[in-house]
Amino acid sequence: MARPIDFAPAFGSIDAVGAPTDARDERIEVGVAIVGAGPGGLACAIRLGQLLEEHPDVKERLGEVPIAVLEKGKQPGSHLLSGAVVNPRPLRQLFKGRLTMADIPTYGDVPGEAVYLMSRRSAVRIPPPPTMRNHGNVIVSISVLGRFLAEQAEASGAVVLSETAAVKLLVEHGRVVGVRTGDRGRGREGEQLSTFEPGSDVVAGLTVLAEGTQGYLTGAAMEGFGLQGENPQIWALGVKEVWRVPDPLRRIVHTMGWPLRKSASYGEFGGSFIYPLGDELVTVGFVAGLEAKDVEFSVHDVLQEFKTHRLIWKILRGGERVAWGAKTITEGGFYSFPRRFNAPGLLLVGEGAGLVNVPRLKGVHYAIESGRLAAEAAFRSLQRGEVPSRVGALDAYDESLRQSPMWNELYEVRNMRQAFDRGFFVGGALASMMTVTKGRMPNGRFLTHPNSAAPLMKTGRASRYPKPDGTYIFDKLSSVFASGNRTRDDQPNHLKVTTRVRRPVAEAWEWMCPAHVYEVGRDLGNGMVSVEITPSNCVQCGAITAKGGRLTPPEGGSGPEYTLT
Amino acid sequence: MKIAVCVKHVPDATVHKRIDPGTKRLVRSGESALNPTDLNAVEEALRIKEAQGGEVVLVSLGPVKAIDSLRKALAMGADRAVVVSDEAAAGSDLLGTSRALAAALEREAADLVLFGQASSDGDGAVLWAAVADRLRRPVISQVASLTFEGGEVHGKRQTEHGYDVISAPLPAVVAVSDAINEPRYPSLKGIMGAKTKPQETLSLADLGVPPSEAGEAAAKTTVLELGAPSSRGDQIRIEDDGSAAQKILDLVLERRLL
Amino acid sequence: MTFLVFLEHHAGGLEKGGLGVLAKAASLGDSAGVVIGPAAREVATQAGAFGASRVYALESEAPPLPQPRVDAFATLVEKTGADTVLFAASVLASDVAAGLAARLDAGLNWDLTDLEIRDGELVGKRPALGDTVMVDVGWKGSPRLGLVRAGAFDPVEASGSVEVESFESPIAEFSTLATLIGHTVEASTGPSIEDADIIVAGGRGLGSPDAFSLLEELAAALGGAVAATRAVVDAGWYPYSTQVGQTGKTVSPKLYIACGISGAIQHKVGMQGAGTIIAINKDPNAPIFDFCDIGVMGDLHQIVPKLTELVRSTRG
Repeated sequence: MARPIDFAPAFGSIDAVGAPTDARDERIEVGVAIVGAGPGGLACAIRLGQLLEEHPDVKERLGEVPIAVLEKGKQPGSHLLSGAVVNPRPLRQLFKGRLTMADIPTYGDVPGEAVYLMSRRSAVRIPPPPTMRNHGNVIVSISVLGRFLAEQAEASGAVVLSETAAVKLLVEHGRVVGVRTGDRGRGREGEQLSTFEPGSDVVAGLTVLAEGTQGYLTGAAMEGFGLQGENPQIWALGVKEVWRVPDPLRRIVHTMGWPLRKSASYGEFGGSFIYPLGDELVTVGFVAGLEAKDVEFSVHDVLQEFKTHRLIWKILRGGERVAWGAKTITEGGFYSFPRRFNAPGLLLVGEGAGLVNVPRLKGVHYAIESGRLAAEAAFRSLQRGEVPSRVGALDAYDESLRQSPMWNELYEVRNMRQAFDRGFFVGGALASMMTVTKGRMPNGRFLTHPNSAAPLMKTGRASRYPKPDGTYIFDKLSSVFASGNRTRDDQPNHLKVTTRVRRPVAEAWEWMCPAHVYEVGRDLGNGMVSVEITPSNCVQCGAITAKGGRLTPPEGGSGPEYTLT
Repeated sequence: MKIAVCVKHVPDATVHKRIDPGTKRLVRSGESALNPTDLNAVEEALRIKEAQGGEVVLVSLGPVKAIDSLRKALAMGADRAVVVSDEAAAGSDLLGTSRALAAALEREAADLVLFGQASSDGDGAVLWAAVADRLRRPVISQVASLTFEGGEVHGKRQTEHGYDVISAPLPAVVAVSDAINEPRYPSLKGIMGAKTKPQETLSLADLGVPPSEAGEAAAKTTVLELGAPSSRGDQIRIEDDGSAAQKILDLVLERRLL
Repeated sequence: MTFLVFLEHHAGGLEKGGLGVLAKAASLGDSAGVVIGPAAREVATQAGAFGASRVYALESEAPPLPQPRVDAFATLVEKTGADTVLFAASVLASDVAAGLAARLDAGLNWDLTDLEIRDGELVGKRPALGDTVMVDVGWKGSPRLGLVRAGAFDPVEASGSVEVESFESPIAEFSTLATLIGHTVEASTGPSIEDADIIVAGGRGLGSPDAFSLLEELAAALGGAVAATRAVVDAGWYPYSTQVGQTGKTVSPKLYIACGISGAIQHKVGMQGAGTIIAINKDPNAPIFDFCDIGVMGDLHQIVPKLTELVRSTRG
């Protein structure tokens, strides 16, 4: 049986790790380099800025640019996508004494919630499982929040560099000394165009990787420093839309079941979320694990199929789609954490380090919390006169993570996601047991298997997908357009994928990708086909990384321009 | 040489654009960027500065937010930015805009004033000619290449009938087309340095422009109504049975498209 | 309502655009043409064949530059008391209209595709937001200036006598600072896609890069240009300079013939402003069939060469 993992391209940390190559006076020196202007990276920048403000002597030691945040999107928020219902505690903590929740752009407290078990014709309301109770949480658009946090980071003294991709982790003598930014202005074959602008070595005493779900440099760092966790990381793909609706939605909704199939043999695990964003907007999204085995499994199309259910129709009817986006979510949980969240000169923050609570669908507040803790650990080590690159200098960060409530929360659900490998019912039963016993039973470590190792099958699933009509059901290309993606066409292909594969693998990629980047190409005989790639469609969701390829950062500024996701 | 580049802050083309049914004006919230063809003008100014020395000043009329979108041009290498920002100027038409810009440009007394040729929000197709008239200086538009000789600027102007080479003594107003150059990417150093470059905000009063001569109240054009685009009319479907080519030709001739 | 219509001329002949606007203006009110430049009087008489009863002519050897024409129009508006001045958009006319607006402090609406009189007021119609909405626009005060989108109105042939009245105008000193020092006509193999009135475009449905030769022949026969979609440019079948679409060029020709193009939105936004869209495609589900004017279901490899032959024999 064909498996994507059999066609994984040769790619190792060696491609993304190396020594600085710019002449010394060409290098850009900053105090702390943070990769990723998401909630984790920005919380780190904000907290660090606050501490440096209170301790000018420490700040002085960090030079002219104490904190730099590198963001590959057009601006902060352009590549941020989530539900999202967020636990506000870490936000309050971050801005304690300075701002209140009223100052932070959210769509208000969760007004009420409902969980449904879906079938094709019905939706049975079930009491929210304990892991899904959201009382006291707030609804946000992470893209909007990202823009706000970026402004706060700049007010706090950080420099936010947009359209700047970090493509290499700079390591010298076993220590992380910064990151190298990507070139701009290369043509399709890698040739230098008239506008060619080479990347730069950004050298810093401390580097914080807050890259989010795909952690390009995080992955390289984990490999390079031997930090991989016990279980391999696994991912789910989420595809969502934002709709302007005539009638406000007054509660958050989560669903399980249809259109996903319950038997373990299909490997379809996930569910949907429907959240109001104020009175005028609603966001609906579908999340499914990437171990789904049917070659025709497409989360985008499953979302379209999902919208045909009466429950959703009643919410969206008469409305207009105003945004679309897709992004992966790390699902490995506790046992997929890196062995350590630090290395000499390096800190790992947020989802890139696997800090996501899948059963609770929560990760944003962990990112913020870990960002804050990273800033404090970094500051304390600087204050002590430490050099962050000394081995063990940053162990305090790991310690603070272990002491924080999030650690325990993640430990309790450490096997819950893996349980669903057994299918919906067995998984559900196991999950209930874990909930009741707060994770003590069943004991042991449930394994995860790389998404790309799942053998592929064909069951005619595509026949269930509704046909696009351009007003309620949308095809992928018009959705890519709605994401604001205007990636420059003639740049090098940033997707590392084997382009001669067994047919089922190519088909799986064609269906999996929400942006229609991959297509089955020519027949090459012996059951092999070529793969046609349109990299400029790519919204950098990262699904290909989970399924046998590797997403690498394209030219800075490429990709979607999310504003409401 | 002192070069003033007039740049416009427009809502990012990728953000879902719509016209507010109440004010009948383009909704300008959401992320914003510099008008793409203005980048060609900025690039040209930078090349001239690199060749001859001098200063590149960005001049813009818009909300205070506009300063954010000017950062990219500052990161590319412009030296400073001047933004005319005044509530009273909101809703200005060509007349109000050109009046405010001309006042700001007079204050700068640049040798060369550059514009980008087109605006992605369709709002300023012809600003340069109006500004040039107010400044009482020569204007060359549609310029695909620019050179200098003595105290004169020579522009290769692209028209429907080929290229004219126009000469004008400085100070002059020039509108460049997007064929003139490929705008550079800002370097990382440039991006980091942009924030510290001088950015000045002026009100209409600072320029001596009375509020009665700008803004919606002073506009001499009005938007009356929004409507759906005239529908394309009924679609004609042809299934080819060998005669499709003839049918196409007949339709093309009927509609006088040849 | 009294109209002045700028009638641009080149190489001794009047341009179609201005004549079209003249026809429209004549249908709305008392209209006169305006010709400025070399041999203005003689050229002005040609307007008689297109419905002009009066043309003002300013004979001048001035090169085709806008600013002296701003002075001329300012003088003429004052002299005639006309309340509306219309221009057919062109490189020259756009600059004249804008300069005149500043000079007279007059409202200018541009990109107009239609004009009408409603309740005694002049109302213009223009597309906005990439041709996705239509907007009605008006003017406050007098005179009213309008720039009409190229090709919006067709000239109307109507023989009649035309009165040509010469006029003079003082020219401001700064208006003659810009001078013409050279001119080149680029030898081109047909119009560029941005200027072309007719475009024949190809997409993946062509099957191979060789099929572009079919499109080139059709374009040559029609006097148009060849364009391509992103997919085929990506595949190296045709140059990037011909790419139409979101990340390529935006074109609005009178006629766009899309061959083997599916019509995904990334392409659509580059050509949706075309006057008439003809799609030739084998796939009945191609999105292009949702928005084209003439949808042809068939094999382009058969239809295109046949069409080329027919066009040649019709024109030849």
